[in-house]
Amino acid sequence: MDVLSSLMDGFATALTPMNLLYALIGVILGTAVGVLPGIGPAMTVALLLPVATVLEPTSAFIMFAGIYYGGMFGGSTTSILLNTPGESSSVITAIEGNLMAKAGKAAQALATAAIGSFVAGAIGTSLLVVFAPIVVQFAVSLGAPSYFAIMVLSLLAVTAVLGSSKLRGFASLGLGLAIGLVGLDFVSGQARLTFGLPLLSDGLDVVVIAVAIFAVGEALWVAAHLRRTPLQIIPVGRPWMGKQDWKRSWKPWLRGTALGFPFGALPAGGAEIPTFLSYVTEKRLSKHPEEFGKGAIEGVAGPEAANNAAAAGTLTPMLALGLPTNATAAVMLAAFTQFGIQPGPLLFQNEGPLVWALIASLFIGNFLLLLVNLPLAPVWAKLLRLPRPYLYAGILFFATLGAYSVNLQAFDLMLLLVLGALGFMMRRYGLPVLPLILGVILGPRLEKQLRQALQLSAGDVSGLWNEPIAVVVYIIVALVLLWPLAARLWRARRPRTGGLVVAGGPAVDGPAVDGPAAGPAAAPFAEAPAVEGRHVEGGPVDGSGAEAPADRGPDAGRRRADATHANHGQEKS
Amino acid sequence: MSIIVGYIPTAEGTAALDRAITEAQKSQSRLVIINSSRGDAIVDKRYAQAEDISALTERLDREGIEHLVLQPVRGNDAANEVLEAAEKYRAELIVIGLRRRTPVGKLIMGSAAQQILLEASCPVLAVKAS
Repeated sequence: MDVLSSLMDGFATALTPMNLLYALIGVILGTAVGVLPGIGPAMTVALLLPVATVLEPTSAFIMFAGIYYGGMFGGSTTSILLNTPGESSSVITAIEGNLMAKAGKAAQALATAAIGSFVAGAIGTSLLVVFAPIVVQFAVSLGAPSYFAIMVLSLLAVTAVLGSSKLRGFASLGLGLAIGLVGLDFVSGQARLTFGLPLLSDGLDVVVIAVAIFAVGEALWVAAHLRRTPLQIIPVGRPWMGKQDWKRSWKPWLRGTALGFPFGALPAGGAEIPTFLSYVTEKRLSKHPEEFGKGAIEGVAGPEAANNAAAAGTLTPMLALGLPTNATAAVMLAAFTQFGIQPGPLLFQNEGPLVWALIASLFIGNFLLLLVNLPLAPVWAKLLRLPRPYLYAGILFFATLGAYSVNLQAFDLMLLLVLGALGFMMRRYGLPVLPLILGVILGPRLEKQLRQALQLSAGDVSGLWNEPIAVVVYIIVALVLLWPLAARLWRARRPRTGGLVVAGGPAVDGPAVDGPAAGPAAAPFAEAPAVEGRHVEGGPVDGSGAEAPADRGPDAGRRRADATHANHGQEKS
Repeated sequence: MSIIVGYIPTAEGTAALDRAITEAQKSQSRLVIINSSRGDAIVDKRYAQAEDISALTERLDREGIEHLVLQPVRGNDAANEVLEAAEKYRAELIVIGLRRRTPVGKLIMGSAAQQILLEASCPVLAVKAS
């Protein structure tokens, strides 16, 4: 087996003492930032980008992978003990997890979250090993028009499907694309958006943008909301699980994984939708439905597995197609460019050893995370007592140092301040950060594919849809854009069921989005629509206005999470 | 006139509160309880939560003491909050709890008790946890 031997080579690289050390550093950092609300893996990877350039690319990516998985593990701790999700993907965990903790079962909740994350991470990474090469085989045959179409789909889907306001999403995407345009046109050499400043003609450095938006923007936002009533943390000992807990947890873990991985792999997947779906599924299938709302272990096990599986799923399009679907993947993609590595379908071919070492390190990191998280959960919770001025002063210091060290020019510090102010304003007015960062990173590559496609067809616009796959993708794009409109029309005509259609909207889009873009991922996906179908049929049919009538629990949870967001603006992915 | 007590949900804080209640009963004056936090950390175990406070007020109601519970979160040190309240409510007595500190810890973090002892314009009663 070619894949297996490559993977074994990857393990050989990842298991060298130096790389193990970087994996450990990544895992510890990742857990720490996962525990702390407001600081996420995307910000951490962005802050470490300048530092990482002195490392071997392999070591740097092993560290980043540890941070990425660690963030997913750590987020659950805060959700359970504090009812403040450390990560947006842990919002659902907070519902049952915090209730469990209040009922004196914090140790079991933490244990099922950590072990479930481990199981899902292991299975998810194995699925990544199986599917990524298949997606690559499919992707190398894609021409510029298809590739352009898939990128358009990815950008639109992330912007239109995730987040509460489409208008804000598109505003953010527009800002990102505009920032990505700055510099010389690579075909004609014309200066664009440089305002006559020669320093801008090289374009804005992605490191500076990422650090400014994630680190400086967040630090300014926190500084503006520094004083808040301290929360109570539920004291906990070492996490453990009884026999009964194991019995009730293993099925939700597997179901959560089955939901999480395909959603993570979709262009607009993310970890939020599968965690929500997993919660709904577990609630429906549970033998103890009366415990939901009072702290049911299934409601922690399922979503926590789903978010880790989604994290693994996200890496499939990232490594195989060069398409990031969340902020951390986007910043990791920027890291590839920093090292002069071209992301895309040829990555496996050109940088095979690096990619396989990265994947092997995911297995290792996952295992290390279990070791670091399970016995040490109470220690991680102590991080929350850190006074935030010290924390954010440190972040600002590193941000400034990092931005300056990229090109050693003071001009970058000006850019850092300006873009940091932009990041602050975006948080102030509720603009999501993810579309901006995707716009910055995908924008230039999108343009390149567009120009290439048009050059091939000698400027004929029809050259953009002369490949069948491109046509299929455009149809899906149209569906994604028209779906809310169609749903609204349908609801207007049939008020009794309309609400349910809206509730299922993003999920129903899911398989359609997936089909041609990442065909292989459709196989495990078969389960998701079935689950969704049950949700639609089984839910009590509500009046016309309801958005998610089936389940009051998660809905309330979302609202609570929104309140947390408003409270200290943690826009993290 | 009133009695000010700096309260935190620990052994020494409870000792200070117990003593302050005795003093308030003796002199029939109003008891002002200060439990503050700088509010810059997400979790502060010295900030009393709602259940703790309601148990506290219940106890004071039962014992028939006129009381005022303040939980300022304004980024000030606990010592400054206590001193400010002493000024504002014209304190006849401040009650605080003491705990054992290492010299290094005191050097780095300073001592709220010391600041109150030195800067208060009324008598200060310092209580140790029993």
